[in-house]
Amino acid sequence: MGVSKIWVHGEASDGVVASITLELLAKARDLADSVEVVMAGDAESVAAELGNHGASVVHSIGSLDGGLAGPRIASAIAEACSQGSGPDVLLCGTTYDGRDVAGRLSAKIDAPVITNIVDLKEDGDRLIGHEPVFGGTKDVFTGFTVEGVAIFVVRPKSFVSEATGGGPASVADLQVGELGTTGSAVVKEQFVEESSGPRLDEANIVVSGGRGLGEPEKYEMIEKLASLVKGAPGASRAVVDAGWVPYSYQVGQTGKVVKPTVYLACGISGATQHLVGMKGSANIIAINKDEEAPIFGIADLGIVGDVHKVLPKLIEALEAKG
Amino acid sequence: MDVVVCVKQIPDPADPGELDPDTKTLKRDAKLILDESDSYGVEMALQLVDAAGSGEVRLVSMASGGETGGLRTALAMGAESAILVSDEALAGSDSLSTAKVLAAAIKRSNPDLILTATESSDGYTGTVPEQMAELLGLPSVTFGKEVSVDGGTATVKRQTESGYDVVECPLPAVVSVTAGVVEPRYPSFKGIMAAKNKPVEELDLAALEIDPSTVGWAGARQEITEIADAPAREAGEVIVDEGEAHERIMAFLDELKVL
Repeated sequence: MGVSKIWVHGEASDGVVASITLELLAKARDLADSVEVVMAGDAESVAAELGNHGASVVHSIGSLDGGLAGPRIASAIAEACSQGSGPDVLLCGTTYDGRDVAGRLSAKIDAPVITNIVDLKEDGDRLIGHEPVFGGTKDVFTGFTVEGVAIFVVRPKSFVSEATGGGPASVADLQVGELGTTGSAVVKEQFVEESSGPRLDEANIVVSGGRGLGEPEKYEMIEKLASLVKGAPGASRAVVDAGWVPYSYQVGQTGKVVKPTVYLACGISGATQHLVGMKGSANIIAINKDEEAPIFGIADLGIVGDVHKVLPKLIEALEAKG
Repeated sequence: MDVVVCVKQIPDPADPGELDPDTKTLKRDAKLILDESDSYGVEMALQLVDAAGSGEVRLVSMASGGETGGLRTALAMGAESAILVSDEALAGSDSLSTAKVLAAAIKRSNPDLILTATESSDGYTGTVPEQMAELLGLPSVTFGKEVSVDGGTATVKRQTESGYDVVECPLPAVVSVTAGVVEPRYPSFKGIMAAKNKPVEELDLAALEIDPSTVGWAGARQEITEIADAPAREAGEVIVDEGEAHERIMAFLDELKVL
């Protein structure tokens, strides 16, 4: 009984494995006898780290040569499956490339996908995925009813990564099949948007601003606060949709899931779409004018007040503290 | 240039609905509206066709019960026509079933570009654009935050973890766009009146030559084994700011030793 072979879609850049990949490996180790990684890029440079987190083999499709990961990795997995050497379960992260891989593979091999998973458990020889719905007020558990590769797309921060002390994973070449025109999109240039502080999904403190700030210029208070507490600035969907800050700032169901030690919500009412992305935070502070705002229902410290009055004083106090 | 925008009609997110305990799916008795996420794709399509100087924007949507309220909103924004795939057998469709249906409807239309949102606001699987592209045998670029078209090539700024990539993609192609990519126009009164008479072609699965056993409940090939109440998070201390609330916040942060 149980699942015998899980493949994790591996993501890495500049020789560093993404947190999501290590999180998925930690859970996969609990569930299967054999845990392997499938990835594009320089597998040799990360084989030691992947091995240290429990992967025995890295199936490498090599350099993308400017192409996108989705169609290439999906094609390679499909080839492996057709030769009988594919996995029982594929775990992808809810990331830009992870969803591409899962979607492409699903259509290619006609296998359904279960998405937005925050936990997995064994049920005989299959896995059951746990998905929160309705702003996290209900938990839904779903399993596949067919044979074939079970594809799960798992949210970041669902599991805690942990090194096992294992030796380096062995690297095996995996062949990409014929792509036709599906692989014809080409990356021409890559831009890194500089941010001085920690990443939004890795920060110890997240300071988020919402519509209650009133106007885009006031978002500067959020950035100032975030920088003073060495945290990351975030935003609700309302202000991202309004174009105040880029999509990469968005916390919520359709943005980043964050679980910092402290989440400070400023002028955010707490739509379910937002709560899903931050209710896992260890401590939540909320400032909002409306005492009926749903955010107060989950805040450890709620301040009924005007962000335009509270934040300048908070900034001053933090500056005075140095 | 002809652009097809895939749009979803969803229950009003302000009224999030509930799960039907018998069928274990979303109760869909409320009026459906255009998913706000899709309004960005509609606006983007209108702007791209405008810039190209010719062509039109068409909509493709799927609904098990034949609803058109959300489609009329997109038509009022300026789309020319819509295909609505409606069939009782579509109830319970998962993302792959949805992609199969949308792809079959798009094939009838043969567009240069297919635009979608990155994910719907109610189901948010986020896999449909890629599944559809694969079924159509097309390239795709997901998470586009800026899109332009020059001749037969789309140039897309694709969101990445650290910034963005500039991706060039030959047409036809599937591109998914993030929210905030453009500012969706409000339908004008004239647009709303015109939308009432724009063609909405309603097709069933037979018209698309789709075997009903490959979509809906049967096609999803998954089962919900359990639905449970999630553990609730308790509300803590709430104070009203009398000018000193920042001091309480500082004390709270100090207690946590995060400063």
